[in-house]
Amino acid sequence: MTDISNLLESAKLGDRRSLSMLISAISESGDSPNINSATGWILGVTGPPGSGKSTLIGQMVRKWASSGERVAVLALDPTSPLSGGSLLADRIRMEGEDDLRENVFVRSIPSGKTPGAVSPILWPICNVLSECGWTRIIVETVGTGQSEFRIAALVDRLLLVDGPDRGDIIQAEKAGILELADVIAVNKSDLPGASSAAQHIRSSLSLASDDNREVVLVSAKEGHGIQELVETIEKCEPQNTRGKMMMMERLISEWDSILVSHPEIDKIISELCDGSITVREAIEILVSSVRDGGS
Amino acid sequence: MRLLEVILPLATYINMRIVIAKPGLDGHDRGAKVISRALRDGGHDVIYTGLRKTPEEIVRIVNDEDAEVLGLSTLSGAHDSLIPKICEQLIENRLGSVIVFAGGIIPERDIEALFRSGVRAVFGPGTPTSDVLDFLNEALIRKQNGDPVGVGDDSGWNWND
Repeated sequence: MTDISNLLESAKLGDRRSLSMLISAISESGDSPNINSATGWILGVTGPPGSGKSTLIGQMVRKWASSGERVAVLALDPTSPLSGGSLLADRIRMEGEDDLRENVFVRSIPSGKTPGAVSPILWPICNVLSECGWTRIIVETVGTGQSEFRIAALVDRLLLVDGPDRGDIIQAEKAGILELADVIAVNKSDLPGASSAAQHIRSSLSLASDDNREVVLVSAKEGHGIQELVETIEKCEPQNTRGKMMMMERLISEWDSILVSHPEIDKIISELCDGSITVREAIEILVSSVRDGGS
Repeated sequence: MRLLEVILPLATYINMRIVIAKPGLDGHDRGAKVISRALRDGGHDVIYTGLRKTPEEIVRIVNDEDAEVLGLSTLSGAHDSLIPKICEQLIENRLGSVIVFAGGIIPERDIEALFRSGVRAVFGPGTPTSDVLDFLNEALIRKQNGDPVGVGDDSGWNWND
């Protein structure tokens, strides 16, 4: 823990090596440094795979960095359940120009064993980044599945990215992620179908009379619409109405992490595979040891 | 279930953060991608930088990602100027403990010089991917024993000898 505090002290003074080591220390130990209530600015970016999240983030990062913000990007990638390894290539699409690099920090984070893709370590990492003076923190999600819900637990603004005529937004709607998004970007406006996709989403939003969220057409590849998107994101205030749901998600994610880091978890799973205990009995064992102050 | 028993210890045994980089003007990255994939399947977290990175960019990425290992792939013939430069900059930036290896088209006669700048292994065409994993295993064991393996450590040991 003292190690973490020392690293935090020098990271706050602007030492990038310490910041990077601090993030590793948090990821490995799960310890979080003592930081009082976070006042960070955190944007979540979600959307179906292939919708262009990383490229779009790269464009936004350039805009923010050149207007003097210090931008940190946390790119989440799935961990292979078989080998435990991960291939983190999102940063390929995010590199900024040379002169901006001082103000841009990109860190890839394997989503790890935690279900729901958003590892519980993200919250302390975001706190550390804002404490160290990173004024725009962007969390990019894995981009698939219901688990994307969890991102809402962490961020105070959520951008949903979709491509033209993929029909994925309908899937997203099903998963409820559309309800949570503060801003929706339809990417690849250089391709046919993008503006009708945007129109489609607008009309679906307009079914609720008080829904005035913006749908922005962008092309991450060509750099079109980025300024408008950045301005729209800047304008949006964190929604208070989301508070309860966010707390619920945060609780579930914390609970999940207690569960997967339980010392007996491997043994319990083996027993479940054997059929020597039932799922209900497994829960009984896990819950009682949590109650006893274990794990 | 037996599968789980085999895999879980492996996954926790060695799980290193590895950056695979393509320095300089070199547009071919099939090799880098094959290695990245093999290391991932070996249970590591692999960060691939993409093509045409400057030494400064690579060092920054190694720092920000807090990688323990850096793999450099070059096929352009610029290995003798780019790789030593990257090694020096790693050391200057307090990243001397990073384990560096190289791969690609690197003539026999240039390998010794790379070892002198702190590279610990050079893999040529046709190397089985398991060799790279074996190298990392051995490097990790040496590191845990406190033996010099980092780019800034004494150049006593290399994989090829």
